Amino acid sequence: MSQDDLLPRVTGSTVMTHERGFHARPSIMLTQLASRFSSRVWIGLAEHGPWTDAKSIARVMALKAPHQTTVFFAAEGPDSAAAVRALVDLVQSDFTNAKDPDP
Amino acid sequence: MSSATASLYLRGIAAAPGLARGPLFRLDEVRLDEVRLDEVRREAALPPGARLPPAGASDRERLELAIDAACAELTALMQRPGDANAKALLAFQVAMLRDPVLTGPAFAAIADGVALECAWLQALALQIRDYDSADDAYFRARAADLRDMRDRVLRASSGTALLPIPPGSIVTGTDLPPSRFLEMTWDGGGIALTEGSTSSHVAMLARAWGVPMLVGLDQAILQGHGEALLDADNGLLITEPDARTAAEFTLRQRRTRKAGSAAANELAPPFTTADGERVQVLINVADQTELEHLDPACCDGIGLVRTELLLRGRQDLLDEAKQNDAYCRILRWAAGRSVTVRLLDAGGDKPIGGYTVDAEANPFLGLRGVRLSLVHREVLATQLRALARAAAVQPLQIMVPMVTLPEEMQQVRQMLDAAIHSLHKDGLECVRPPLGMMVEVPAAALTCDLFEADFFSIGSNDLIQYLTACSRDSRPLGSLRDPLQPAVLRVIRGIVDSARARAIPVSLCGDMAGDPHCISALLAAGLRSLSVTPAALPAVKAAIARYRHAAGDAGRPP
Repeated sequence: MSQDDLLPRVTGSTVMTHERGFHARPSIMLTQLASRFSSRVWIGLAEHGPWTDAKSIARVMALKAPHQTTVFFAAEGPDSAAAVRALVDLVQSDFTNAKDPDP
Repeated sequence: MSSATASLYLRGIAAAPGLARGPLFRLDEVRLDEVRLDEVRREAALPPGARLPPAGASDRERLELAIDAACAELTALMQRPGDANAKALLAFQVAMLRDPVLTGPAFAAIADGVALECAWLQALALQIRDYDSADDAYFRARAADLRDMRDRVLRASSGTALLPIPPGSIVTGTDLPPSRFLEMTWDGGGIALTEGSTSSHVAMLARAWGVPMLVGLDQAILQGHGEALLDADNGLLITEPDARTAAEFTLRQRRTRKAGSAAANELAPPFTTADGERVQVLINVADQTELEHLDPACCDGIGLVRTELLLRGRQDLLDEAKQNDAYCRILRWAAGRSVTVRLLDAGGDKPIGGYTVDAEANPFLGLRGVRLSLVHREVLATQLRALARAAAVQPLQIMVPMVTLPEEMQQVRQMLDAAIHSLHKDGLECVRPPLGMMVEVPAAALTCDLFEADFFSIGSNDLIQYLTACSRDSRPLGSLRDPLQPAVLRVIRGIVDSARARAIPVSLCGDMAGDPHCISALLAAGLRSLSVTPAALPAVKAAIARYRHAAGDAGRPP
């Protein structure tokens, strides 16, 4: 794991204001976005974890995060800073890049 | 089978209104339903992109191909015309099936020598159990989605397919998987389930697509595929009806259809009774986005603006400018029509982090609505200032939720005085809006003559929950919660009489107002203003048009 130590670990957090929390549509958007980065990306509901793989919809949905929770992101890898920034932006924009209502 | 004695009357809970007549289609008849497709037909039935497992394929390969086939089927369904809800639901199933976290345990078990079917069922069972035990109804309802995708993959792996449900059928069974609903051609027909829930995906789809649906149907062993009448308006399924019942039903269907199309042609106000009396019909709104696709001319105004969703997050609660902006946008949409904004009604089933109290033993009987507002006075002051400023742009009225004692109204009134005073001092334009009371706590409902209020708005959902000691979401309590029972109607009549005696306006803004079945009782109780969910407007308009004073009076509460 010594190689991992050299990679930048970046964290960020934001309050999720989405009306219903991490439901199907936001979870799909979040995991799809996270999967675009080569870094390992995690999501958590507390500052120091436990961390969940943000690229897995099964894991993100299993968090059952309600709205008004503070969500934390961490990433490790070459594009970790961009990944965290993009995920925080997505949550802050209230998942507005798509107009479909939540099922 | 066609004799009158074979006829069954089964009660259920309406998940989507409407009438349907057709042959029963029983989902529980799995064996008859499932057909083994021969290889040729299978090739033809396979969606593009799906491949048949080669002869002698390993279980791992067969599962991979089955998952691919299921995803291809779901993706093909997504291409069919449908609403955004349907597409999101299917996209969710595809995303889950593509997630190695979900499917990995099944492949691991297969590698350990477990048979495909067993491995797949076990892997999904863990996930399904997790969702089944969720606190939140939304996540609980996802268990049905997982079962749906589990079964689709199993069918694909065993080379079986479900017979298509003939259009126009009354579909019965324990539950209907959402993707099966989407596979059907809904031209007539309806759904009657022994389990299911009004907040399931299928219920949501049924409402959106106008498919009559009942859930929680009395357990009964339905036999045969005879004709059935589904009266979701009255929560009834009638099997093997006699000729007369069937004829009457068809007549009703025709009349409703006529009223429905008449209503669609002329959705807009005025809403008038058969006697020509005018009824004010307003809409309930939770979010500005709801208004985007709605023509303000469809209603007489907004009877309830819920501000819990408008103010997303703690920072919004103290952001006067943002709130003012949100209210102004709604007022602009209403273009001079009546608008009633409810003060923040958090607590109960609507928690706001950092604002509501966590872990109350019984949140519906705890700190919620105005009780909470009077604890967080700075939040209340901000909202009152924002509302008074918006009222300077266009008139609006403020409604106070969960009031129990006259002192609470007094305190809010004083807070409003102070807000106006502070706005004047800041040199900001403002108008003092009328301050009304939401009547939903029985203590207030029974003594509303003692309250100082500019208007009353009856919140029937909570009023019924508190009057009947029945939680709003408990299915087995269905009939105890009947909104038309004498206790509820008497209390409503009392509130209306009290408002009339003081010549202040009174309205009702719960689910009852949008239920065509309740309209005549509400009008008979003296109400002439109702606030409903926008989707209910056509049915409400038709129900009001059917109402005659004398007919309604016969149904007066004792």
